[in-house]
Amino acid sequence: MLRSEYHRDLRSLEDDLLALGSMVEKAIAKSLDALKNRDMALAEQVIEEDDVIDEKRFSLEEQCIDLIATQQPLASDLRTLITVLHVSVELERMGDYAEGIAKISVAMGDEPPLKPLIDIPRMADRCMDMLRRSLDAFVNRDTAEAYQICDDDDEVDALYDQVYRELLVYMMTDPSAIRRATYLLWVAHDIERIADRATNIAERVVFLVTGRLTDTRASTY
Amino acid sequence: MNDDAPIFEVSSLSLYYDDFRALKDIDMEIRRYAITALIGPSGCGKSTLLRCFNRMNDLIPTARIEGRILFEGSDLYHPDVDATEIRSRIGMVFQRPNPFPKSIYDNVAFGLKINGYRGDIDEAIERSLRQAALWDEVKDRLKDSALELSGGQQQRLCIARALAVEPEVILMDEPASALDPIATLAIEELVRELSESYTIVIVTHNMQQAARVSHETAFLMAGEDRSGYLVEHGATSQIFTTPKSERTEAYITGRFS
Amino acid sequence: MAKSKVNFDPRLARRKMIGGVFYFVFLCAVMVGILSLLVLLTRILMEGLPWLSLGFLTNYPSRHPEIAGIRSAMMGTIWVMALTALFTVPVGVGAAIYLEEYAPKNRLTQLIEINISNLAGVPSIVYGLLGWALFVQIMSMGRVVLAGALTLSLLVLPIVILASREAIRAVPNEYRLGAFALGADQWQVIKGAVLPSAIPGILTGTILALSRAIGEAAPVIAISALVYLTFVPADPFDQFTVMPIQIFNWVGRPQDDFQSLAAAGIIVLLAILLTMNALAVILRNRYQTRSED
Repeated sequence: MLRSEYHRDLRSLEDDLLALGSMVEKAIAKSLDALKNRDMALAEQVIEEDDVIDEKRFSLEEQCIDLIATQQPLASDLRTLITVLHVSVELERMGDYAEGIAKISVAMGDEPPLKPLIDIPRMADRCMDMLRRSLDAFVNRDTAEAYQICDDDDEVDALYDQVYRELLVYMMTDPSAIRRATYLLWVAHDIERIADRATNIAERVVFLVTGRLTDTRASTY
Repeated sequence: MNDDAPIFEVSSLSLYYDDFRALKDIDMEIRRYAITALIGPSGCGKSTLLRCFNRMNDLIPTARIEGRILFEGSDLYHPDVDATEIRSRIGMVFQRPNPFPKSIYDNVAFGLKINGYRGDIDEAIERSLRQAALWDEVKDRLKDSALELSGGQQQRLCIARALAVEPEVILMDEPASALDPIATLAIEELVRELSESYTIVIVTHNMQQAARVSHETAFLMAGEDRSGYLVEHGATSQIFTTPKSERTEAYITGRFS
Repeated sequence: MAKSKVNFDPRLARRKMIGGVFYFVFLCAVMVGILSLLVLLTRILMEGLPWLSLGFLTNYPSRHPEIAGIRSAMMGTIWVMALTALFTVPVGVGAAIYLEEYAPKNRLTQLIEINISNLAGVPSIVYGLLGWALFVQIMSMGRVVLAGALTLSLLVLPIVILASREAIRAVPNEYRLGAFALGADQWQVIKGAVLPSAIPGILTGTILALSRAIGEAAPVIAISALVYLTFVPADPFDQFTVMPIQIFNWVGRPQDDFQSLAAAGIIVLLAILLTMNALAVILRNRYQTRSED
């Protein structure tokens, strides 16, 4: 009673999820590049490509529903499907944050940033690292790595806290800078949310392996 | 009797047909007022195990058991225990509906008569048929032959027949395997309802059915020597989402060869 | 048009031809039986019907064919068959129940089973001689109805046992398990679950066995060689004759009229046989549709 076709479908579902992951990762990287290099065209491209990400997510969801309806998955297969469903939503939301960052780039236009971008790219790097590792943890069913990712979120939170206070000081000393400060605040906030979503993925990996639903952290934001 | 105490306690149970060991060192407890499903591939001994609980295996001359089954705390296979009396306390429903070639009424009355029922037989028959969700369909034709009923109705009649004797436990051996999907669902719903007042042990080769119906699931497999052993026993939701054993996992996800 | 298969040579015409030949052969085989039976029946009917009358049934045998009847033989047959049924049904069914439901599967049981099967194949004249020796001589009953009935019982018993065993064996084991699972003991299982569904088969088998016995002349000749019996047996210890003997006797006579009387006797015998077979069918159908205890 080997259900080979079904198991091939499950495997390709995981491959598709990883493809979605790398699309999202690229979108985040591009949105940051667009911000740093004031590259309007690149920002526009990120905004456009978000539709592709959304489509990919719906197609994944449909495949999951199809498999549930026709194959009645159980045990690890069931957990894999549920995980793919959740993770695809998380990834799609991350894509939305990248789109948000790109939109801010467009809104900022030619205006120079309020301050040199140092902490924000560093946050973004950590974030993308977390995303990559969370997908690796998914592939390898690696709970240790998943827990590590959840811990790493604290670091991003700390960086965000720092950026937030710094920008607050700018706004208090120079009210005319408030608009430009807010732009950067939004960017930082979006990045922080991406990190949160990466920890959500890590939590799903824990579920995938152990069947336990856990909230590994209490985010301050 | 304490409701939390298991109704059956099986310890190192082995069953032999002559020299062939069909069951090997089974240890398990059956929870009271719960539905326990026994699942596993063909030939894993799940039906054989089920038949140990009401000593149906006594009818096979070559069968003998080792180990022990406690029923309500006392040894089910003690020489002083009468298998006939045990079977009136532990009812059984079979794979294929097997109503006797008599009227619907007489089918349910059979168990009452042979066990010397002292109450009102008509009332007991109505009560049993109601419990088996069959009364409304047959109340106007109780004198008709049971063989004229549909397969699903026949199986519910067999359940009513078992209920009439007022058993404490109902053993079901793939009770829906010969029925169509609608009749199957009716039986499953009935089983769920009955579990409020009876302990039910159900053998099924249909994993979805075990998942839908049971509270606890026990997974059995046949070893290299073809004798069945218990692989895993736990809450149904746990077995079907996060089985502990890799063999359980392989079986229920269909990676079993 | 389906594309032609190059790897196959279906030779449809040839296959159809061969199929047709076999159909014809089998049809002929069946016709041999039906036609010869038909010829036999017409001959007997043509010869016997004119002689068939109420008087034929109510008269005693006579040297004068025009007033000869089969009253004594018919009543003798009825007496013997009734007694035979009385002896064989309880013993035969009981033995079948024992062998199917109680007997342990061992050497002795096997031996008994083989013997019963063999007994069913023993020529009937052997039973006649056995009955003559045992009942007439040793038990000195004389050539009476009881001796004839007991002899025929010996003849029929193995067949009744075999038929009843078949009927009991045909009861689905699920019925037995179902009854056992309700807490029935062995006898309750037999009475409540096995017999109700075996009875149609047992009845059919028994009636068919009896209708075989009714036509047997050989064993009864050994017991009662009487032909000119001008009374009807009043009790089992009366002398008697039966129809096959009467017919046999008539056939043996040189006069043509007696040949026709024999044909009329055969018609009566056939009528009784057909009635019994019909009874078997009716009983079986009745029990199959509506069986209640």
